[in-house]
Amino acid sequence: MKRTFIFSIAAVLAMGGGLLSGQTTPDIPFESNPNPLTMPNDIHLGEVAGVATNSRGDIYVYTRTGNPTITIGTARAVSHGGGRLFQFDRAGKYVREIGQGLYGFLQPQQLRVDPQDNVWIVDQMSSQVVKFDANGRVQMVIGRKPEAMTVPALRLTPLPMNIPTTQPEPPPPAVPGVPPAGPAPLPGAGVQGESFQRPTDVAWDAQGNIYVADGYGNARVAKYDRNGKWIKNWGSRGTGQGQFNIVHGIAIDAQGNVYVGDEGNKRVQVFDTEGTFKTQFTNVGVPTALCITRGPQQVLYVAHTGDPDGMDDAAIYKIDLKGNVLGKFGSAGKLPKEFSLVNSIDCRNDNELLVGELANWRVQKLSLKAK
Amino acid sequence: MRALIRLFVSAAAVVLLGGASLFAQTKATAENVPTIPYTSVPNFFKLPPDLYLGEGIGIATNSKGHIFIYHRSSDTRLFEFDATGTFVKEWGVGLYGIEFAHQVRVDPQDNVWVVDEGTNMVIKFNPAGRVAMVFGRRPEPVAGATQTQNAQNPSVLDRKYGFGRPTDVTWDPQGNIFVSDGYVNSRVVKLDKNGRFLGQFAGGERGEGKNQLNTPHSITSDAQGNIYVGDRGNRRIVVLNNDLTLKTTYTNVGNPWAVCISPGPHQYLYSSNSNPDANPAASWAITGEIYKMELDGRIIGKFGKAGKGLGEFSTVHEIDCRNPDQLFVSEISAWRAQKLILNPSKIQPASSSSAR
Repeated sequence: MKRTFIFSIAAVLAMGGGLLSGQTTPDIPFESNPNPLTMPNDIHLGEVAGVATNSRGDIYVYTRTGNPTITIGTARAVSHGGGRLFQFDRAGKYVREIGQGLYGFLQPQQLRVDPQDNVWIVDQMSSQVVKFDANGRVQMVIGRKPEAMTVPALRLTPLPMNIPTTQPEPPPPAVPGVPPAGPAPLPGAGVQGESFQRPTDVAWDAQGNIYVADGYGNARVAKYDRNGKWIKNWGSRGTGQGQFNIVHGIAIDAQGNVYVGDEGNKRVQVFDTEGTFKTQFTNVGVPTALCITRGPQQVLYVAHTGDPDGMDDAAIYKIDLKGNVLGKFGSAGKLPKEFSLVNSIDCRNDNELLVGELANWRVQKLSLKAK
Repeated sequence: MRALIRLFVSAAAVVLLGGASLFAQTKATAENVPTIPYTSVPNFFKLPPDLYLGEGIGIATNSKGHIFIYHRSSDTRLFEFDATGTFVKEWGVGLYGIEFAHQVRVDPQDNVWVVDEGTNMVIKFNPAGRVAMVFGRRPEPVAGATQTQNAQNPSVLDRKYGFGRPTDVTWDPQGNIFVSDGYVNSRVVKLDKNGRFLGQFAGGERGEGKNQLNTPHSITSDAQGNIYVGDRGNRRIVVLNNDLTLKTTYTNVGNPWAVCISPGPHQYLYSSNSNPDANPAASWAITGEIYKMELDGRIIGKFGKAGKGLGEFSTVHEIDCRNPDQLFVSEISAWRAQKLILNPSKIQPASSSSAR
């Protein structure tokens, strides 16, 4: 009896302390449609790496499905398949598949639609960024798929901890006719041009310049002009300002601020379009997906994934562009309104999001209740 | 390059040796077991001319009598047949989680579950054939081709949710999910119906201790929520209480490759002492039979023997016993499944079955 009483006091104190501290992030009420897309009988979504809408509300999904394959009985370990790109109408009804048998579809990583309604995919394993026009034809390819895969794979995966930051990378290979590039770049800085190493995301500024988050293997942002000509890189592996440990997302606001999800360092870094560090947000957990709304009052949605299985710690944060948390919603798990490895957010409509999850193989359509 | 090839060859040798030492098929120790007469229905399964079965890994029926076969063709595939054995359709075409079959089961709500040891995943389809929930996660393709993972090469993280070549799934009356996991982790995992981890049995190293497993290969449950694990490498059926504490073991029916418990007021336990899939010469004489038991382990009888003919068994890999006298069995090395009609009323005492 006495023990119960003491426990009760402690519980009340603990609860009161939480309330008094005023540090709790407000929960944003929301509803979920966990099944907003209708599929043909013989087509299934796999891990949803990317989901985005165009200006007409059409929905595109880039999904890891089928069986990614490495051929045997060949002179090289040639890789095939593993990704598909689907289009749905604004009601979620299946329209068509795009890019059947495409050379660069290996391990889908992200999908974005630019302001002109071109559809861009980022493939982590082929290390390619591909631009389709609204008709679904290829308009631009950045990066090149490796001719052969290493079997067994190199242990490329940089774990969020224990990343060596001082070990120099070998100098880039000499290209005939091109003078040597000088000293070896910093680890993760990559080489000039299009040599992505497991890129993760793409964004554009108001001039149409292209920014690629690159990625797992490199630790940089690569900038190209609207015609795909390389302009510059910034970043290297590490924990300092302007350094990254898994560049896992990128988004640009109307003022040209570049927001970069720095997953392993658990922060979002903000740069200008030249790569000059401006600030960082460390209050949004482990960022695995970013989306900036388009209206006059832009806000940033950041998916947080706190455990590798997506079963213990997850949420989506809504923050203003100064980094103030406006609220959060969702938790980890497999049910509607729960998230398991969110990899993509579409926020064309401020309060109606499409969220793509890897581990739950689905797109959820979320309706946030405005205050 | 030559060094790389050598690495592969030695790795393969290690895997082969490791696999051989994991379990040796043995004669069941039960003696004087009566024989249950049975027949196998010839040509029961009817396929379109351009479809074939591969290794018959998993077989299960739903409440309408439709039969699902999860098999290893050139690609692993999941086929549905109606109650007459006529092909209906394929499920999960091109599915991300279907790569190397290990088991199919149908739950009491007619959801169809497949366990895939290639993708380390358990996939729940609703009765309409759409994915309802997935458990575990396929290694990302960027990891590339990997050496086979097994007890000697456990590169799957042994964490709550990571499966390592899982083998089978069952449920208790509350809908909690039990996964036998498997060739790498050698444990039983309990999840709630929404996939959240509740606990595990034998989560440490594999072994023959009483709270260990050595390749749990098959799993089933009774109406009380007790869990029966085919602990194949230890030649025993391990019975667990619902909270995954050890209840008892049955050690006299050989290596349990496949276990099944029939529904209804009087439940029976079936267990197959399957002949090894490599068919070593001496194995047919001592393995291949299926046991019918009471839930407390008392043996009622046995039937079947190793072989390639109709009614003989070529490494039974799963048993469906929704009807305890009409079993479906799928066999690895015969690339087939059979419908068996048992006649337990004509059970023959042990003395008259000495021809076996």
